[in-house]
Parts: sequence; C-alpha cells; structure tokens
Amino acid sequence: MGNVPGTWTVVRVTLREGLRRRLLLALGGLSLVAVLITAWGYAQLPNLPAGSSGPLTTPQIQLLASQLLILVMFMFGFVLALAAVFAAAPSVAGELESGEMLAVLARPVPRRSILIGKWLALAIVVVVYAVVATSLEYLAVGTTTGYLPPHPLDASLYLAGEGLVILALTMALSTRLSPVTAGIVAMLCFGLAWLGGVVGGIGSAFADPVTAQLGTVTRLLLPTDGLWRGAIFSLEPSAVVLAGNSAGPQFAAFPFYASAPPSLAYLGWSAAWVVGTLALAVVSFGRRDL
Amino acid sequence: MSVSSSPVASVVEAHGLTKRYGRTMALDGLDLEVRRGEVFALLGANGAGKTTAVKIFLGLTSPTGGEARVLGLPLGDPLARRRVGYLPELFRYQGWLSGREVLRLHAELAGLPRERWSREIDAALALTDLRERADGRVSTFSKGMQQRLGLAVALLGRPELVILDEPSTALDPLGRHELRGTIRGLRDDGATVLLNSHQLSEVEQVCDRVAIIHRGRLLAVGALAELLSPGGVRLRATGMGDQATDGLSRFGELEQDGAWLVIRGAREEQIPAIVELVMHGGARVYGVELLHPSLEDRFRQLLEDA
Repeated sequence: MGNVPGTWTVVRVTLREGLRRRLLLALGGLSLVAVLITAWGYAQLPNLPAGSSGPLTTPQIQLLASQLLILVMFMFGFVLALAAVFAAAPSVAGELESGEMLAVLARPVPRRSILIGKWLALAIVVVVYAVVATSLEYLAVGTTTGYLPPHPLDASLYLAGEGLVILALTMALSTRLSPVTAGIVAMLCFGLAWLGGVVGGIGSAFADPVTAQLGTVTRLLLPTDGLWRGAIFSLEPSAVVLAGNSAGPQFAAFPFYASAPPSLAYLGWSAAWVVGTLALAVVSFGRRDL
Repeated sequence: MSVSSSPVASVVEAHGLTKRYGRTMALDGLDLEVRRGEVFALLGANGAGKTTAVKIFLGLTSPTGGEARVLGLPLGDPLARRRVGYLPELFRYQGWLSGREVLRLHAELAGLPRERWSREIDAALALTDLRERADGRVSTFSKGMQQRLGLAVALLGRPELVILDEPSTALDPLGRHELRGTIRGLRDDGATVLLNSHQLSEVEQVCDRVAIIHRGRLLAVGALAELLSPGGVRLRATGMGDQATDGLSRFGELEQDGAWLVIRGAREEQIPAIVELVMHGGARVYGVELLHPSLEDRFRQLLEDA
C-alpha cells in the first residue's frame, strides 16, 4: 500500500484535517471527561449501602468493577464506531459532492492511493484512540478499585478492530452513496450486527439452532459484534467465565457475557473482511464517473 | 516539466467521443483537435457537454464510446496528468488549509521535484495575485479568491496543457480582465489552453480557435475570424415597397429580425446610400444601426439551425 504514489501525502493531509477541524480535540477531550466521570463512579463502589451480609468485600467490589468496565468499554466501542462512521462517510462522498476532490483526482495519483490514504489516516486515529482511551479507563478503574482486567491490551485491540471494520464498510459505502446515506447505512449495519449477536446468544441459550445460526451469520457478514465479544472475553475475570460456563448455556443470552474468545480463524476472517471490503471500495471508486 | 514532452502537434485529440448517462447523451460523437500553443475554447450553452468532454480528457470520467488522446497519451495516463493543470467548474479547496498549503499539496500530488516547490508556488501565487493572502485559511477566502486559488492550482508547475472549466464565474470585472491577461501570458509562454465557456465575450477576447458544441455534438469549429458572423446594417422602417427591398439586396443578403431588416455584409460607408434608397421609395425610417461582426449572432444562428 505504501509504495502507491500519493498515499502518504493523503494520510498526512487527512490527519492534518482531523487536527485542524478539531475532530481529534473533541474526541480526546470528551473521552477524557468520560474517563473522569467513570473514575468517580468506580470510587463510589465501596460506599454502596451494605447488604444483609455486611459491607461489600474487595472481591465483590472488583467483580462489580469488572462488569461496569465492560459496560463502559461498550460505550467506548460505540463512540469509536460512531466517530469512524462520521469521519469516513463524508471522506469520499462529501469531497466529491463539494468538488474538493476533482482537482486532486486530476493529479497523477491513482484513485486507490486517495482511498487507501484516507482509510489509513482514519485507521491510525481509530487504533490510537482505542488504545489511549481504554488505557486511561484501565488506569481509572485500577487506581480506584485495584482491579485490572485479565487481558487489557487484547480488549483494546478488539475494540480497535471493531473500529477498523466499520471504517472499511463506511468508506466502501461512501464511494457510491451520499455522506448522510452512507453514514446511516453503516450505523444501521453496526446496530443490526450487534442485535444479531444478541439474538444468536438467545438462540444458543434456548438451544434453537436456527436462531443461534443467525448470530453466526451476522458475525460473519459484519465482524464488529464478533470482535466486540472478543473484547468482552478479554475483560472478564476468570471467575466470571468459570461461573458463567458452569451456569449452563442459558448464560449465553446475556449480551455482556462471552464464554470464549474468537477463534484464530475468525480473526483471520475479520482481517480478510477488512481487506476485501477495502478492495471493493477501491474498485467501486475506480469505476465511478465523476 | 514543460520541456520534457515529445512535441506532438495535437495536444488533445478526440474521435467520435460519446458519453451516455442512462438515457441522456452527454456527448454524441464529438470530434475535436486542440493544437499545441493555442487558446482553444469549447463554447456551448449549459448542458452542452463541455464539462463532460473535459472530464473525459482528464480521466475523471470514462467515455461510453470513441477515443481520445491527451498529449499523445491514452486517457487517464499519469504521465499526461503530470503535464496538465485543471480548474474545475465546481471548485472548492480544503478550507482548513492555507492557500499556500493547498498549493503545496498539489505540488506533491503532481510529482513536482521538492526543490522546485516553493519557487513554483510563489510563481503561481504571483500569477493569480494571491501573494498577500496566501497564508490565510481558504475558508476565509471569498468566492472570487477561491477561484483565483483554483487558477493558481491549475497553473502550478507550468503545465503544458491548462484546462479551465468556466474560469471566470466568480470573478469580478477586474478579475476577468486579469484572467484574460493571464491566459494570453500562458499562450506567450508556449502553453496550450483549453477553455470551457458559455460567455461569448470571454471567448471572443482571448481564443484563437473555437468549437461550438450543442447537445454533445460539434456544430462548428474554426478560427475566431472564420466563425464570426459577417457584420451588416440593420434598419427599422415602415411603408417599404418591394422595389426598395429589391434595391437593398444589392448591398447584401437580407434577413428579417423582428421589426428590423438586417442587410448582412453592408458596410458603414453604404449607410447614406441605403437610407436614401429607402426614403426615395416613400418609406419612413425610424432607426439605422451598424452591426459589428460577432460570435453571438453566429452562435444563435447555429443553435437555431440545430
């Protein structure tokens, strides 16, 4: 990718756009606020009113913190997907509509360089954001409750992967649809994929193979939910996994629980999905009349 | 870069170029040749196919049929694109960059050697009179300044072929005057200019050759002098008899234009004789005007015939 002329030029100018239009500032600033608020929330856990068995013990607090952390990470994953969609949807379609891209495309630079350059720039933002925001969140939960999830880096990378998938999808849509339509379609797909996963979990819980299959199919069609499950698993303390697995298949219906990490084959599929979708985007953009 | 090319005589060459969008024929078998060193105008009403033709030459749109070469190379060839500058009709530049940064981006994308960037950027800014505002954000530029910036982008690196699609839409009268000077300067420096316009005055004042296109077809092409309609004299009179009309036809071809009678080819020095002849026949004369040779008349006439 890197040796295609113009790609790094486009990466640089797209990153500069993010900085100058204060996208990165807004994303970073608001996420910091979110981290501080959740830190305050974790710090309040020991002050919860005591139950019948007395005040909460440290293991109980940490268990609560681990579940809250998964919910907070779900929020970060959602913000990440939303930011990726908002940034990617106008990146091709919007610049075509405004005419900004015409003069650029008349230059001796292949269209694929422009598309891949834009994706790479936004991918850098997604990965950096995912790692930095989640690390700050681990810091918040660690300092307030002493809890650290078992595989923090894995969880961050799963979230980043989720962002890269939705970024590729939005970019491909943006080569043919208007910015608003591309954004709405991408968000809808993201939501449906999550819902498909939840429904699939219910199917597994009640041993209904057709419904369970639906989850598998949606996870293959759009790997965001599958990767999110990976993030959940990486954040679960082993006690939760043990308890969940011994509780029987019914536990699979709980949308914020994962009994196993995604297989290596699934991770390979997700990577192939991103590359394939980008390739489709390149072909679609290359054939488009301007 | 302007010396690196092999000197082909035709800078743009198109044969039977067609472009269909669904049921609409944007181009319908367009033949065209733009020669090296000339200022060539594609003249036509809005929707005639001018922009489509230019986009095909730039490789932005692919033709449905026919063939074309730019600088002797196939459509969309990066080597040709290196030597072409383009100002789109719908122009907009990255508002969050400064004017100079937009030019630097284009210098990089155009593959100009890095050591020439600042010199070429300064030259383009000077040509378009943007030096003083070059470091301001493009989002603060007026429409006219954005069009100047677009022109600077098109002229960056002294390309061999400069394609300007309606380059003066946002310019004020002074800006238009300067644009004409810039275009003449480009020709003097040996560049070829392909200009799209629906403004006859603009075309008349700077172009060497003009192609008139209508509904995607070429109606006429030639040097400006060949395309201009002959001048004449027009006359508004009542009570003119057949004898007077017959008499007038020896001054030139007669055409009725509303209440006016146009005598094509009649010259200024013939006006007294014309008036005398008409009055002698008992007619009453309300107005006499000398018509200058114009592209507008010819343009209208061609469109009416089409």
